[in-house]
Amino acid sequence: MLSRVLTVDLSSYTYSIEDRGALFEEWLGGVGVAVQLLKENMDVSADPLSEENVIVFAVGPLTSAYPLASKTVALFKSPLTGNLGESHAGGRTATSIANAGYGAIVIKGRSKKPVYVVIDNGKVHFRDARVIWGIEDSLIVGRIIAEKEPGRGTRTVMRIGGGGERLVRYACVTTETYRHFGRLGLGAVFGSKNLKAVVVNGRGSRKVVDRESYRDVYDEIFRLARESDAMKKYHLIGTAVNVNPLNEMSALPTKNLKQTRFEKAEEISGESLAESIGRRIACSHCPIACVHIAVLRLPYENEPYFYKTIMISYDYELIYSLGSMLGIGSKEGLLRLIHRVETYTLDAMSTGVCLAWATEALERGIVSKDDTIVELKFGDCDTYLKAIDYIVRQPNDFYRNLACGVEHAAKIYGGEEFALTFGKNEMPGYHTGYAAHIGYLIGLRHSHLDNAGYALDQKLREYPEPEELVGKLIKEEQWRQVLSSLVVCFFARGVYRPEIVCRALRPLGIEVSEDELNKIGEKIYLEKLRLKKQMGFDVSKLRIPKRIFEVETPHGKLSEEYIRRALDYYAKIVSEV
Amino acid sequence: MKRLIIKDIEKCVGCGMCMYACSRRKGEAGIDSSGILAVSLSGFERGATVIFCNACKEPPCVQVCPTNALRPRKGGGVVYNEKNCIACGNCINACTIGAIFRRSNGKPAVCIHCGYCVNYCPHNVLAFEEVTAGKATEVKVC
Ligand code: SF4
Ligand code: SF4
Ligand code: SF4
Repeated sequence: MLSRVLTVDLSSYTYSIEDRGALFEEWLGGVGVAVQLLKENMDVSADPLSEENVIVFAVGPLTSAYPLASKTVALFKSPLTGNLGESHAGGRTATSIANAGYGAIVIKGRSKKPVYVVIDNGKVHFRDARVIWGIEDSLIVGRIIAEKEPGRGTRTVMRIGGGGERLVRYACVTTETYRHFGRLGLGAVFGSKNLKAVVVNGRGSRKVVDRESYRDVYDEIFRLARESDAMKKYHLIGTAVNVNPLNEMSALPTKNLKQTRFEKAEEISGESLAESIGRRIACSHCPIACVHIAVLRLPYENEPYFYKTIMISYDYELIYSLGSMLGIGSKEGLLRLIHRVETYTLDAMSTGVCLAWATEALERGIVSKDDTIVELKFGDCDTYLKAIDYIVRQPNDFYRNLACGVEHAAKIYGGEEFALTFGKNEMPGYHTGYAAHIGYLIGLRHSHLDNAGYALDQKLREYPEPEELVGKLIKEEQWRQVLSSLVVCFFARGVYRPEIVCRALRPLGIEVSEDELNKIGEKIYLEKLRLKKQMGFDVSKLRIPKRIFEVETPHGKLSEEYIRRALDYYAKIVSEV
Repeated sequence: MKRLIIKDIEKCVGCGMCMYACSRRKGEAGIDSSGILAVSLSGFERGATVIFCNACKEPPCVQVCPTNALRPRKGGGVVYNEKNCIACGNCINACTIGAIFRRSNGKPAVCIHCGYCVNYCPHNVLAFEEVTAGKATEVKVC
């Protein structure tokens, strides 16, 4: 079993390795184990940007054993929300950690000077990062470290660019050029710890207990992943395939959700971007290769016959947040914005929503051009490029505040009615109906991935009573705790049904029934909720942005009363925990 | 004799499905025994490729092996007899293309051209074929 936990202390530049078999037996791995490790190592009242914050990276029993078990869970205290932060990334993160022999890595303390940490199988090195501190472009940081460190092909390089260094509260951590611990500000936590990067190199294996059945179940999962419809969407056009249908059904947040249809959606749709695909790549041990990379060839204005060619990975969420949300209707403009956000290691969703709010705030005169420096205007890509620079460099109070997120900025300047955050986290790209919005509000990380409310919205013709809807969302979220403890990619949720999960675990020496799996999911959900409560989560303090009631959804306009009832019911559940 | 060849390296997405298949043959979840390595080309923005034994007719790795653990394979490349191997690592240094990898016990992992991984490459980058005249890779003129 993958049950070793590596603890790295940046304050003392020391590390220790411990076998935690019982912990992994009880909680599987991934998020289940990470919650416990966070509880053990961190004071719930810790300031997220202080030495006391702790980062836990965890993988699970399926990591490296089966395809599509390609994700690592990161848990920390979020500097954006001040509450539990959770974020998942693929690339080589998970397989490198597992192949290095760890089920989890705990990072605590704070280095006095910039460092990066290299975990090379059983050894840990603390490397001087003073020379590369200040390099804002995460692609370059990645290349420099890759040239210096061992493990080509078997390592992950998780790093921050300018956003993380400058403590933008929604800075992300980037790995393998294009994958991210995107949401809730892990990049700022890295920055606050003077941690430029964590490299993990792993080349090991673990023996399975039953070779034959292991190969049989593997083949079955591999076949399912390739042949079933469950994964087609990600395989072909990718998540960007959502743009057109969401637009047609009036669910595509546009121009700070003043509209739910975008007149230029076609231009930035998955179909349109597909014409620019330059290459596809995959996370480690994934047959789908959902990472779609577009080529953008830009001429230099004053130098004829000089071009720069950049490769930009895109997904639905980026098209929404840096495209429709900002009124950007040109493919080239969109790709340039994505690239800028990528180099700085900012979370694209939060950045887009922040800029959309700022644009509307300027339109309404709540803030002035003295604040925004540039004339922010929906559809104006060049101005947004500059504004992104300002979010990172923070030349004035306004951008310092905007770098703390929309919730914070709206509290200072006003405009909360159109500040699109849920639980202080900027909104994802689905204005599909009640389930999506209630899902963002009650999901443990206020993300669309918690419970897939947007999927429920699209399935339901009539809404049940709010209480019943909340029940459905919680049930899905509890099952997702199992998926993120195993840890498998959520895109593969159609493949990893309970029955096959049990069969996949058996050759690895883990006996668990479907019933037990569901119970573990419930237990983890409650543990997380409890931890959130201790960190100050309070349903009665959840703010619902008025804007979501003002525009059409596929189900018509939403009523506040329904959502209030849902929240009241959820508050009762929370109070009983 | 058939051997592992590249059909179209440009289609490689760097997923490493082949690499996991290779160790799975040995009942391992991981890559310790894999004789093939998936890498990015100095960053995924430039694409990906795989590194594995090119099936030399005159293998330098065999030449430097002091114990005959590595021997020439009919059809190119090597056969590996673990019992004789003393984990000296000479072969790892001798292979010009770096296609021999060090396992956690210090001994080499090298492709023996069994063809198992081919079935798991989702993008038809790899093939298991008879190579008659000299070169394995089909020459394609762009
Ligand atoms: S391992 Fe390297 S040196 Fe040995 S036969 Fe293969 S390619 Fe040639
Ligand atoms: S052909 Fe066989 S030995 Fe060679 S890489 Fe593939 S699975 Fe491994
Ligand atoms: S399985 Fe195919 S696409 Fe994936 S790394 Fe191996 S050769 Fe490349």
